[in-house]
Amino acid sequence: MPASHEDVFVIDDLSVRYSGRDALRNVSMVIPAGGITALIGPSGCGKSTLLRCLNRMNDLIRGCAVEGSLFYHGEDLYASDVDPVEVRRRIGMVFQRPNPFKDTIYSNVSFGPRLNGMKKGPELDEVVEKSLRRAVLWDEVKDQLTKNAFALSGGQQQRLCIARALATDPDVVLMDEPCSALDPIATMRIEDLMRELSTRYTIIVVTHNMQQAARVSDRTAFFSVSGGADDGGDPAGELVEFDETVTIFSNANDSRTEAYVTGRFG
Amino acid sequence: MTVVDTPTSERDPVNPFKSTERGGKVDPIFRWVLRSSGVLVLAILALMVLRTTWAAWPVFASEGLDFFTGTLWSVGPSRSEVTGTYGAWPFIYGTLVSSALAIIIALPLAICTALYLTQLAPPRIARPGSYLVEMLASVPSIIFGLWGLLWFLPNVLRPVMNFLEDTLGQSFPPFSILFEGPVFGVSYFAAGVVLAIMILPIITAICREVFMLAPEGEKQAAYGLGATRWEVIRKVVLARSVPGVVGGTMLGLGRALGETVAVAMLIGASQRVGTSLLFPGDSMAAVIFNTFADGAPEAIWALFAIGVTLFFITMIVNILARLLVWRIGRITGDATV
Repeated sequence: MPASHEDVFVIDDLSVRYSGRDALRNVSMVIPAGGITALIGPSGCGKSTLLRCLNRMNDLIRGCAVEGSLFYHGEDLYASDVDPVEVRRRIGMVFQRPNPFKDTIYSNVSFGPRLNGMKKGPELDEVVEKSLRRAVLWDEVKDQLTKNAFALSGGQQQRLCIARALATDPDVVLMDEPCSALDPIATMRIEDLMRELSTRYTIIVVTHNMQQAARVSDRTAFFSVSGGADDGGDPAGELVEFDETVTIFSNANDSRTEAYVTGRFG
Repeated sequence: MTVVDTPTSERDPVNPFKSTERGGKVDPIFRWVLRSSGVLVLAILALMVLRTTWAAWPVFASEGLDFFTGTLWSVGPSRSEVTGTYGAWPFIYGTLVSSALAIIIALPLAICTALYLTQLAPPRIARPGSYLVEMLASVPSIIFGLWGLLWFLPNVLRPVMNFLEDTLGQSFPPFSILFEGPVFGVSYFAAGVVLAIMILPIITAICREVFMLAPEGEKQAAYGLGATRWEVIRKVVLARSVPGVVGGTMLGLGRALGETVAVAMLIGASQRVGTSLLFPGDSMAAVIFNTFADGAPEAIWALFAIGVTLFFITMIVNILARLLVWRIGRITGDATV
């Protein structure tokens, strides 16, 4: 399926503060539908913070304040009448450490649909199978759906978490360093899976692994920390450059981006 | 000269790995101290059980199983034989009923309080709140008894009991039996409610610890899938905490079963088995406390027998709790859908 030209996220002058301390300043970017968008940058640059704004997971952190606006398919996600719970139902998320529920594989995948009111039955079975197939896990677990998810390997657990996120039928999947707790082979499988999913879903991935960004993503946003003590202000993350991944890695506009991707900084 | 622990002079020139003072002698002493502490505790417990059972034996021998089921407690004056009739059921019943009532009231309150402190309250409330709860645990039971008898009973419990008698007591079984009047004041109900307040802190404190251990990753995952706060609490926090909550409840129940002074002041010291919660009764610990001072030797033997029974009831409750936790662990461990 070719990426539609619709924009999924329109971020306008977004700033995030934790208990009065700036974490991310004045980010503006447009994330189009389809493909993989990678958010890279050194620690503390606010890339995870931005990702967690996209499905309002930041609301769970006490003292987190968001300014500016963030549109998802034209809807202002931070409008006062928006329920963050509804936002999270529609936008899938995969976390840094595989975090399956201590429950059966089936229960894990069906958690989201059941939250949304789907009852046990053939329809739910179908959703579970479809999600596991899309996460390329079905063949490995189809005979052990009632086994505890904790019995799976780390890489399988992470694919289970991806299947679980897909089960609610989101159009966007956010991934927060999804491979950082995995070994190289499991990482490779997740990356293959991401490529495969990117034909159907808009994937936004935070990674501290530049090779990963270069390998899998279509677009890359580079974040950095600015306004340190030498500038007489609080350091905070900012968006330096957002472009096609090829451009970022071979022909960056900003010298800081080039320094980072060539390994001279960060 | 790379090993700094042992001076070169002390080292055996032939075998540098030869046992030294440090590892060779101190470790066994340390191990011996720890082991004897463990053995000492077990020995004290065993001696206590044996000595108590031995002292109670004449009564057990003379009453047989009637000791547990009999409802007449008529103390004899003898110094050498069992002449009275000793049926402890009214006390066993009173202990079980007042403790059960305490758990029924305290457990939901404790779970809600602990959920509030760990999941909802901002830190500036959660921290002092937790301290306050733990402080409540350190109030001596005589204070609970005095306060319960002189203030709480007349001002709060009596109106509540009157209300229960007027409403539930006039309805249908089992409520019409459990809340049958008249209201005396001191009763199973009064003892149970004050017991609930007394065991609330320990259950709350343990629930709080357990809820804090709820896996953050799974909570995040549930939130990420669009679970509401309540859904996260129910499906992750509570679901993962059942064994811990059962454990905390058992500790509370243990305290309720053995609680003496406050119950003795509030339960009413009546040796009848009251079918209504609003009737006065007696408990095992309370009857020991109330009568040990002026009993003839055979009465003291009978009180020892109550003590042994109380000990075994507590033990059985603990074993049941462990079985329950084990069962639940198996169910959540490899559940079928």
